Amino acid sequence: MDNSLLRINNLSSGYGDFQALFDVSFCLEKNSVLGLVGANGAGKTTLFKSILGLLPREKSMIQFQRQDIGHLSANKLAGLGIAMVPEGRRLFSSLSVYENLQIAADYGRKGYWTIERVFELFPILAEKQKMPSLSLSGGQQQMVAIGRALVANPEVILFDELSLGLAPTVVNDVYAAMPSIIESGISAILVEQDIERVRKISKNLVCMREGKIVLSGAASQFTKEQLTTAYFGE
Amino acid sequence: MNFIELIIQGILLGGLYALFAAGLSLIFGIMRLVNIAHGDFIILSAYIAYLVISYTGVHPFIALLLVIPIMSMLGYMIQRYILNRTMGDDILPPLLVTFGLAVIIQNTLLTTFSTNTHRLTAGDIDTASVGILDMHFGLLPILTFFVAIIIIFGLELLFSYTKIGRAFRATSDDREMASAIGINTKHVFAMAMALCFCVISVAGVLLAIRSSFDPFSGPARLIYGFEAVIIGGLGSLWGTLVGGIILGIAQIFGAHISPSFQILAGHLAFFIILAVRPKGLFSKVE
Repeated sequence: MDNSLLRINNLSSGYGDFQALFDVSFCLEKNSVLGLVGANGAGKTTLFKSILGLLPREKSMIQFQRQDIGHLSANKLAGLGIAMVPEGRRLFSSLSVYENLQIAADYGRKGYWTIERVFELFPILAEKQKMPSLSLSGGQQQMVAIGRALVANPEVILFDELSLGLAPTVVNDVYAAMPSIIESGISAILVEQDIERVRKISKNLVCMREGKIVLSGAASQFTKEQLTTAYFGE
Repeated sequence: MNFIELIIQGILLGGLYALFAAGLSLIFGIMRLVNIAHGDFIILSAYIAYLVISYTGVHPFIALLLVIPIMSMLGYMIQRYILNRTMGDDILPPLLVTFGLAVIIQNTLLTTFSTNTHRLTAGDIDTASVGILDMHFGLLPILTFFVAIIIIFGLELLFSYTKIGRAFRATSDDREMASAIGINTKHVFAMAMALCFCVISVAGVLLAIRSSFDPFSGPARLIYGFEAVIIGGLGSLWGTLVGGIILGIAQIFGAHISPSFQILAGHLAFFIILAVRPKGLFSKVE
């Protein structure tokens, strides 16, 4: 039985004349986490932008629930159930914490995740809901970014560098929410620099280098040494 | 005419300039789009009102009920099908398109209506005045000023408390991320332009009641609008009202010194504020 939710088929993309991705293929299974690792410049963020329609790609290069979606724009993909927690959070600066969540709920799908449930997951956000979003600490902003993705009730969330720029204890707080998110039926692709952390949480792993996949398979089958070698190259 | 009367006259004139400027400020705030044709669209709405009144004989304020939907539909279509195609990191392409639209509007109006000036008559309100102590103020400028306040207050409410208002702000903050959460940013931009054209319609009709207009009256209105926006600060609607008032007061005092000094006095006030505070008084845009 095909358990795939999101399938990437020979995806090539880039910025103008610069090609950043070369024939990238992998599959995200339903109710699972796929870890995506790679050094800076490996093409991870470019891959996310291509999936979301923010960079050019062909119709058949991306399939979601067995439908070709490579021709759809970002706002239509959000309607289908693909959300993103971007690198650097990218909260809407003129909106309060509550408004950042509310606007995602306005344009997202209805379902289990509501603003109230996000506040239960991250109680600190309830206390700071009226504050300007950028006045929060980095970790709290990351919680808003995760909440913004959740209230759209997506099928899959693309997490880009969740721990980037955050203190280790804050990273632990953010990652503590992941089980609740996955249990709610959301699948995830997780880009992370911390190989050990991503290996623990992921069912499958993909390692990218210079725009190509250099390693992929079940996370449990790889040793740390194998991943490190794939990550940095020989 | 005493000092207080001059100040109040200037404030009331500022209401009209704030109406010219509110649409410009709104569009720049959301899209970073400089609409060179803004003044010409104000004059176009005056001509549409003129046509409506000519065919139906209704009062100019009743004509607005037709002018507003016509203009807002026009604004939506221009943004959706012309300007959106040019929007990107470079602000020059849409600016050049609006420059082209300005030329097209002026020449179309010239061909259709000739260079003859027109004016809308609104009955007694044209000449009615209100006396306070020993001062007298025109009813139309007072009405225009309060319309400006109501419109700016309404826009602020819309921006703060409605779904489309949040979409305007989110799209202005980060267009790519707005799209990623499901907002159709092209539609949002077109809605913003439609809203701008609603304000333009009101400004155009009030201008046409207050003074005569011809196909080439637009650029001067654009300049007053720009000056009010820049004095008030880019992206700030209440700042735009303050900018309009400062411009109005400067012009009234200039005219009091010498009628030929009226326009120059406004430009000088603009120049001084630009030199002292280049970002304007209440800028919200970096």
